Amino acid sequence: MTLPKVIRGRAWKFGANIDTDQIIPAKYAIYSLDEKELGKHAMEGVPGREGWAGQVSAGDILVAGSNFGCGSSREIAPIAIRGAGISLVIADSYARIFFRNAINLGYPILQSPQAAEAVVEGDELEVDLEQGIIRDFTRSDEYRTEAFPPFMNELLRMGGLVPWVRRRLQERRVAAGR
Amino acid sequence: MTMTEKILARASGRESVSPGDLILAKVDFAMGHDLTIPPAGKIMREQMGADKIWDPSRVAVTQDHFQPAKDAASATLGRLTREFSHDMGVKWYFEVGQGGICHTVLPENGLVLPGELVVGADSHSCTYGALNNFATGIGSTDLACVLALGELWFRVPETLKFVYHNRLQEWVEAKDLILYVIGKIGVDGARSKAMEHVGEALKHIDMEARLTITNMAIEAGAKNGILEFDEITKEYLDGRAKRPYTPVSSDPDADYEKVFEFDAEAVELGVAKPMSPDNYAPLSEVEGTRLDQVFIGSCTNSRITDLRRAAAVLEGHKVADGVRLIITPSSHQVAIQAEREGLIGTFLAAGAAWTTATCGACLGGHMGVLGEGEVCLSTTNRNFPGRMGHPKAMVYLSNPAVAAASAVTGVITHPREVLKKMPAGIR
Repeated sequence: MTLPKVIRGRAWKFGANIDTDQIIPAKYAIYSLDEKELGKHAMEGVPGREGWAGQVSAGDILVAGSNFGCGSSREIAPIAIRGAGISLVIADSYARIFFRNAINLGYPILQSPQAAEAVVEGDELEVDLEQGIIRDFTRSDEYRTEAFPPFMNELLRMGGLVPWVRRRLQERRVAAGR
Repeated sequence: MTMTEKILARASGRESVSPGDLILAKVDFAMGHDLTIPPAGKIMREQMGADKIWDPSRVAVTQDHFQPAKDAASATLGRLTREFSHDMGVKWYFEVGQGGICHTVLPENGLVLPGELVVGADSHSCTYGALNNFATGIGSTDLACVLALGELWFRVPETLKFVYHNRLQEWVEAKDLILYVIGKIGVDGARSKAMEHVGEALKHIDMEARLTITNMAIEAGAKNGILEFDEITKEYLDGRAKRPYTPVSSDPDADYEKVFEFDAEAVELGVAKPMSPDNYAPLSEVEGTRLDQVFIGSCTNSRITDLRRAAAVLEGHKVADGVRLIITPSSHQVAIQAEREGLIGTFLAAGAAWTTATCGACLGGHMGVLGEGEVCLSTTNRNFPGRMGHPKAMVYLSNPAVAAASAVTGVITHPREVLKKMPAGIR
């Protein structure tokens, strides 16, 4: 699974400190192996966003404030957002476990305080992942994203931590002469 | 280097590391539970193609979040967790009724030790840092990687130093101190950073209280919380530690991003008000708030010393009409000790519901989930919307003595209103 170079979609806007219990309430952890089912309940815990997942069109983009995904370590948080059809998350900043989980899943997330501030719900966005540029067609504006360290970009490009581990296991087998 | 940097340097085979470095580090101990082992096991075996785990003697698995199974789906998660642990030969597997909440079970069994790099597929894995190790929460794909390889990538964090001068006053507990600190710096105040806690106040609190402080590092967004090794650490580990260990200390010239200084003596009893752990208020501001439920439980505040204080307050009293008190010990060993000391009898006589050891109500799982509009005072760690049930339930966080006193009166109450003085020796 390789990432597309350019992602287009409509923006959904959320605030600061959206925690994992709001992204996917713990009661849905029983569906931890079912991305579609998780997707139906994404962001259900955010007051006023009940039923949100049903309004998402495949490819839409989620834009949030600072410390997005704080709280639990549950990997079902980014999985639920992906399961709802969101192609990409942009935030002012991320809580660290949510950030790791997304990178490990090969799920594109971007950090852009500029975009988090300026984008309004419903804006039509285009994101150039290679150039690190977010274009807001509704506002005729452009925002920069913050660069990730090369290792994280490599993980994202190769599709996450799974292919990285496969490669490393293979190297070990070769080294062990098996 | 700081303690955190020294552990990460040793684990990654480097002379030294600096904040911002991306490293590949060897893991000394790893933990997963009934919500995180099923996905991690599936990813490890089916996607990564690993057929065994790197070192079964360095892995613990607990059945704690939705166990004893709360419904058929969680029974399946329990079964997958059990089967994976059996198939992989996990040495430290804790069945329902024999373990309890991971973050109590690992320290009490001497499985997480000074100088080590510990990861757990649960955000409160930062708890273990009270034992002078680097411990952090990870996701399920992360855990699959660790189980397959015994190593994982990390970004070396900047360290924030928290110095606590003087001693905590009577009634004021470690919980009040950490709620106060989170209130000062905010839920992202230590985002992705290390919180190093030092100072006079920590010399006068026991290991269980120290675990409460590091437990809530994640509520400030931190990567880890860590304390210095001292006599109290050594005494706690004597007879428990399952491996030899090497303590670490920060160099006198270590670089800190920022140093925060607090006068512990000035910290009052406090709570976090709804709907965020950083919504701190002194107890006096919320006294009299009407309650529907009081919950004493969780990896934050339900070890034996917490239950002793709750029992001291409840002794000879009844839970007020219109309120329910639920008490969940954080481990089976804690429950056994509570039984020996007669604490359970005190709880039952007071009219409290006493449950088996589980994460239970803390994450809105089972045995104490809140309904719409209900108000709860809880000794847990998080009160974001929906954490304990309905998104419109209101959760206040406090220490166990405040929780117990409030159950007696039905409103948020200072424990001295119910008990003149905490008996000497109750820690």
